[in-house]
Order: sequence, then structure tokens, then C-alpha cells
Amino acid sequence: MVQLQEVTLDELKHLVSDRAIQGDTMLLNMGPQHPSTHGVLRLMLELDGETIINCVPDIGFLHTGIEKNMEAKRYEQAEVMTDRLDYLNTVGNNLAFCLAVEKLVDLDVPPRAQVIRVILTELQRIASHLVWLGTQSLDLAAMSMFLYCFREREIILDILELVSGQRMMTTYIRPGGLWRDVPEDFYDAVQDFLEMFPKRIEQYHGLLTKNPLFVDRTKGIGVISGEDAVAWGLTGPTLRGSGVAFDNRKARPYSGYENYDFEVPVRNEGDVFARYICRMDEFWESLSIIEQGMEKLRELDGAPIRSNNRKFVPPPRSELGTSMEALIHHFKLWTDGFDAPAEYVYMPVSSPRGELGVYLEGDGGNKPYRVHWRTPSFIHLQALPVMSTGLLVADLVAIIGSIDIVLGDSDR
Amino acid sequence: MEPALIIEWVIKSAILLLFGVTGFAYLTLYERRALARIQVRIGPNRAGPFGILQPVADGIKLIFNQELIPATADKVLFVLAPIITVLPALIIWAVIPWGRQVIIGGREINLYLSNANVGVLYLTAVASIAVYGIVIAGWSSNNKYALLGGLRSSAQMVSYELALGISFIGPIMLAGSMSLVDIVEAQSKVWYIVPQFLAFLIFMMAGLAEINRAPFDMPEAEQELTAGYHAEYSGMKFALFFMAEYIKMIAIAAIGVTLFLGGYRIPFIDIPPAIEPLVFFIKILILLFVIIWVRATFPRFRYDRLMAFGWKILLPLSLANVFITAVILVFRG
Repeated sequence: MVQLQEVTLDELKHLVSDRAIQGDTMLLNMGPQHPSTHGVLRLMLELDGETIINCVPDIGFLHTGIEKNMEAKRYEQAEVMTDRLDYLNTVGNNLAFCLAVEKLVDLDVPPRAQVIRVILTELQRIASHLVWLGTQSLDLAAMSMFLYCFREREIILDILELVSGQRMMTTYIRPGGLWRDVPEDFYDAVQDFLEMFPKRIEQYHGLLTKNPLFVDRTKGIGVISGEDAVAWGLTGPTLRGSGVAFDNRKARPYSGYENYDFEVPVRNEGDVFARYICRMDEFWESLSIIEQGMEKLRELDGAPIRSNNRKFVPPPRSELGTSMEALIHHFKLWTDGFDAPAEYVYMPVSSPRGELGVYLEGDGGNKPYRVHWRTPSFIHLQALPVMSTGLLVADLVAIIGSIDIVLGDSDR
Repeated sequence: MEPALIIEWVIKSAILLLFGVTGFAYLTLYERRALARIQVRIGPNRAGPFGILQPVADGIKLIFNQELIPATADKVLFVLAPIITVLPALIIWAVIPWGRQVIIGGREINLYLSNANVGVLYLTAVASIAVYGIVIAGWSSNNKYALLGGLRSSAQMVSYELALGISFIGPIMLAGSMSLVDIVEAQSKVWYIVPQFLAFLIFMMAGLAEINRAPFDMPEAEQELTAGYHAEYSGMKFALFFMAEYIKMIAIAAIGVTLFLGGYRIPFIDIPPAIEPLVFFIKILILLFVIIWVRATFPRFRYDRLMAFGWKILLPLSLANVFITAVILVFRG
């Protein structure tokens, strides 16, 4: 039974400055229905005119209880919920969870499946960055960019639909491999995208990077130093904009990222513009990774996409009619799932937003004992007051856009 | 004063008012369709062919909307504010000439309501009344977002009015008159956009700021202030603010056409007076498209930069323009 505690005003006084209590400053409630808070973030602002003196983020409006729910689901069932966490990085969430499960039960993944995983997560990274770019521009009132970005994102969602049957909630990556192989059309669809997208990136640069108004709104805004960024636990492009070249794809490679040739874009300024350039450069890196992946994929044509370990991965349907053992495995896996040892693993991957870590603890049964997601949005939100104090309300909006939060990622 | 003249004025005023109100309605459609084209969308196309009944549908919806007045609002001012905002936008049309004279039923009729000899002064005077409506709206709503929006807009309008007014001086000096009819007639050979290009640019920027259009739409700034001064307004009262903004948009385009783009005239060609309003109208449409295009392309200024831009760049530039024009005029005799 949860005890509801009544909070007195005195307990909240430390959140605002003394001037607010004397009435010198104005308290402004921003959100959770405010259009620029990217979902349901609530910010309590203390303003002196339009200057922000203090900013207190208030999260939890999108709390889904997914982490807790996962404890009541078998491993392969729990995966379906991971799509709903960070709804812009669905494939990445699947990947993080599957990698954690594979690490926990020590399961191998065939090379072709790994290549497809990388291609899809990189496509998803581009799609997620497109949403970021669109909303960041919209926050600065460059409204056409938003629609251009969503036009391109739609193509990626179509590719995801092609392989998994779902635009967003794919659950395509499974422990031990994939749900099924990619269809024949996949090669052409990705190829078309690879040819089309570079021109579009140039257009974005033309509309934003070369636009003095945009540069004026972003340069020198929301500066956070490299040390501060590390201290606050920032990761991903938000950290790399402050001059720290850290990326889990390089630092702790997974899914064969060590076999790809790519750079990690870094900028030193630590402001909104630096983070913007970092993400824009990541478009190119992701495109290059996808291109290399497609080459590898063609070489591996026809190779298996699922582990042969029948204790964790269901056998193909074709074997069910001929093999008794396959039938038993099929029945066992689809009714009871698989058991995992009573150990714990932590699996960090690089989501478009930063380090997405899955802490997974088994209890010997077929359900996890505890799942915890170390999500970048949650951690980045803590640094928001540091970045925004002393700036204007209009800058706050730009900063929220630049740390690229997804509230589904933050409230679990 | 003969009764026929009064009747003529009443009819012309009614036509201008109707033009303003329908113009507002169809400008929203024009803007939505043009924006949609730029943004690879389709835009409203369901109500009637090409969506031409969309403004009617919107109007009906707004009329039947429930009118909410916040409990803590100052009710008198709250109701008064939209009226104060919309009136100047309508009466500004009195001095803008649509053409010279046409003869209808043997009677010579001027295609303008008034050829006031201080027409340009009238424009600046009327345009500055609107700021009261916006400040009052922001204050009386008793909402913090609305208050910030109202404050922003009053500061913005006061600072940009200056540059706007000074940018008028160039054409006035060239034409040697403050009457808008004279200014148009003086452009029968060359449009003032050519000798006064800088003034035209200043006019467009200050004009956009004056009517709170992107990229100077600070007072409403939906991403920051969620709607600014009209956050608490609904139904027809909201529509009045909307109407004021769009009629002012047409008015700014009309003033721009009159002062810099030759008004109802085409250079060197003497067109029959009956189609002069059409020429004027087409020029307005083109200028309106530019305003919409700017909105589709540019991010918004930041508030403090906007003020700095107005006072430190636009104002000195417009003063320099006046000075240079004056010097050249004096030397040419």
C-alpha cells in the first residue's frame, strides 16, 4: 500500500530562490501540456522578466510502469514492451533488451542477424534524429523543416514496416537473432534511401546551418562544459557536443560494430549549435554504416538469422512436421519460455539519445527478477537547470530540443 | 454637403469593410494553401472546390464556439481589447487608394475614401493604436503567458513603429507630398522600390514586426508563450484578434504596394481606371505571398535580439536612408 504524503509549502521552499518568496520574481508553470516540452514534461520556472533564475523539471506524467511490468512477463514477452519505452528508438530498445538477455543466458547470434540488427538500428537512429531535427526546428519556429523531416522519416518507417509488419512497434529483433529474414524488397528500399538522403541533408544545412537567424538562436546557448557533462552523466550527442568523444559503439562494441569503419563526430563548444552539428554529422556516419552493412548483408545472403540453440530459440516451422525434438522445443518455448540463471547483467548500447543501458537480473526462472533501464532522457533532464539558468524562456525551448528528450524514455 | 456624396461614402466604406472582413477570411485560406504547398502538404481542400468554403466553415465554427471569460479576468477590458485591436486594422483602409476615378451612371467616383493630405501620417497614427488592444488583452486575461506576450508586443511595436515611420519618409520626399494618391501618381514612371530599395527592406522588416508576423511573431510565439496575449480568448473574441492580424497583414501589403510598388499603376502604360483596382489587388497578393514565404522559411528572432535589431540596426539605417535621400535631392535641385 502506497502512503500518500502531504507536502507542505515549507518543504518545497528550497526549490525557489528567496526572491520568489518576497514576490520579486514570477513563478511560471510550463507544461505538461505546453507544446515545446516534447510530450508531457512539466517545468516550474522562476522568472525575472523573461530571464530564467531557476528551472525545476517535473517528470512522471507518462509513467507506464513498464519496468515493473516486465517482472511479470517472460523474457520474450517482456521484449514487446520495450518498444513502448522510447518510441522513437524502438529497434534500439529491442536490441538493448535482446543483447542483455543474450548476455544473461550466453546465447550466440549469427553474423547475418547481427548485420541486419546494425542496419536497422542505424536506420532507426536516422529516423530518431529526423524527429529531433524537426522538433528542434519547430521549437525555433522554422516550421517547414518539421514537415520535411517527417517526410523522410516516413520512408524509414516504411522500411521497418517492410521487414517487421509494423511501422514503430517492431519487436523484430528477438533473443538469439531475428523474427525472420528481411524480404527481397528490403535491399532496393534501403538503396533508394541511401541515394536520396544525402541530398536532403544538404537541403537541411541550407535551411538551417546557413540561416543566420538559426545560428543566432543556437550559438552560445545552453553551454555545458565537458567536465560538467561527464559529471551529470550526459551521453550521446549531448556529451559529444561538449568535446568528449565517447560512444558505446566504439568504447564497448556490440553486434559487430567493431567491424565497421565510422567516426564519432565531436564538437567542443558545448552549446545547442554544437549538439546540432554533432547530430547532423551522425546522419553521414549512420549512412556510411548502413552502406557497409548492406555490403556485408549481400555477402551473407542465405545465412541463418537465428541461433541454433534450441533451448532458447524456437525451431523453424518446417521442422515441426518431421522432428519430434523440434516439436517439444516449440511447445516448451511457446508455453513456458526459457529459464535464465540467477545472475545480473548490465548491457549499455548507444541509442540516438545517448547511453541506453539495460540492467537485467534473473532469478533462475523464466521471468526477470528486476529490469532497470538507464535511459538517456531521464539523465539529460537533470542537467536542464544547469544549462538554462540565466538564459531566456526562448532559449530554454531551444535547449529542451537540443538534449533530445523522449518522455516515454524518461518515465518508465 | 450633398446627400449623394454621403451615400457614396457610405457605400465605399461598406465595400472597404466587407473587403477587409472577407479578405481576412480568404487570406487565411490563401496562407494555409500556400504554406501547405511549401511544406509538401495539401492544405484544406475538402469544403467546396479547392477548399474555398473553408473560411465559411471556420467562421461558423468560431461564431458558435463557447465564449469563455476567465473568472479572474478584468471583464470590461477583456471584452474591450479585441475591439480596440480590430478597429484600427479596419479604418486604416480609408486613405489607401485603389485607383483614380471611374464614371458610374454619369457620376465621377473616386476609387478611394479620402485623399487626405496627411495620408501617411494617418497610417502611422492608426497603426499604433492597435498596441493598446494587445497590451490590454495581455493584462486583463490575468494569465502569465498572456502578460508576457502583451509586454513583448508593446515593446516590439513601439520600437519598430519608429523605423516603419521613418521608412515612409523616403517616398514622401521623392513625391513631395504626404497624400497617398500623389505618391502613387508620382510613381507613374519608376517605382520607388528602385531609388528607395533600402527603405523598402526596412519597411518590410519593420512592417512584419509591427503586425507580429513571422519571424517577428514574438508576442504569440506558440513554442514559448503558447499563444501569448490571446491565450485566454475563445470564439468570436479570438477571431477578432485573428482578424486584426490578417487585415493588418493585407494593409501592410497594400501600404507597401502604394508607397514602393506603384500602387494601382503600371509604369508607362495608361490602363483604364476600371481595372486599376485589379492591378492593385494582384500586387497585394504577390506581396502577401512574400510574407507567407518568409513565415515558412525563417526561424523566430529571440526577443532581446529583436529589440537590439530594431534600435541598433533598423533605426540608424532608416535615418541614414533619409539623410542620403535628402542630400541627393538637394544637390539635384
